Amino acid sequence: MESPADDLDRRLIIATQAGLPLVARPYDALAAGLGVSAEEVRARLAAMLASGRIRRIGAVPNHYALGYTANGMSVWDVDDARIVELGEAVGRLDFVTHCYERPRALPDWPYNLFAMVHGRDRDTVMEGVGVIARLLGSACRGQDVLFSTAILKKTGLRIGGG
Amino acid sequence: MSASLDALDRRLINTLQEGFPLVDEPWQVVAEALGSTAEEVLERVRRLRETGVLTRFGPMFQIERLGGRFVLAALAVPEERFDEVTAAVNALPEVAHNYRRSHRLNMWFVLATEKPEGIAEAIAKIEAATGLTVFAFPKRREFFVDMRLKA
Repeated sequence: MESPADDLDRRLIIATQAGLPLVARPYDALAAGLGVSAEEVRARLAAMLASGRIRRIGAVPNHYALGYTANGMSVWDVDDARIVELGEAVGRLDFVTHCYERPRALPDWPYNLFAMVHGRDRDTVMEGVGVIARLLGSACRGQDVLFSTAILKKTGLRIGGG
Repeated sequence: MSASLDALDRRLINTLQEGFPLVDEPWQVVAEALGSTAEEVLERVRRLRETGVLTRFGPMFQIERLGGRFVLAALAVPEERFDEVTAAVNALPEVAHNYRRSHRLNMWFVLATEKPEGIAEAIAKIEAATGLTVFAFPKRREFFVDMRLKA
């Protein structure tokens, strides 16, 4: 599923990774900088959306600014034979923003399912964690919730200009 | 940090989390859906970006589909070394996010690199700079990702 970006896609990614220009005609502004037409810019963006290389074009709010001050990384030791079925079920819960299977790191880290739960307070997050626990039932052998206590860095991805 | 947002700000944030039109004058389309004007919504988005209510506005790239890698990793940092290790880890441009979390593994960060081999290089740099073992948790399966939050 990997397709290295061609030159124009790559230049478009570099031009937009910090964001779209906040002007009335943003695609014209990008096109002028890249030396192509605005139609070409939109066609490239539409193609990257269709292929999944762009998840979405839009806004990412700072969840603290919206009052979502509790952020719990819930982690679960789930029976490997049921991880796909249960991971998909957990991912469908509306308060789960990310859900992944990841490798364990025994003996330090027995957990293989990670589900991020955001809430306006810790009690709300823990209610969500309780829902996940009931859903996993006896397929879960252990769990923990790691609350974030400080954001140490948040820059998002940056690829080089070279 | 809690921002003071009015009803139009909130509707605008919710609308802009759903997508952005690929047309000549996209703010016109957004404004019409909200019963506002292009100038008004654009001005508000500028303010929301400047005040940090929006951390980003634009395309969200799926780095793996572009040949790159994202890997979640963690360190067990001795409390007395926390600030020093934070500075060493944050100094790497490959570190996209870094959070302190309540656990023996108390530092959790995301490595984002343009090439797959960049991950191992970044891990080696962190281990050399800190003397600590990096626990890497590359994803095996993605069941769901959607960061939209109702404003």
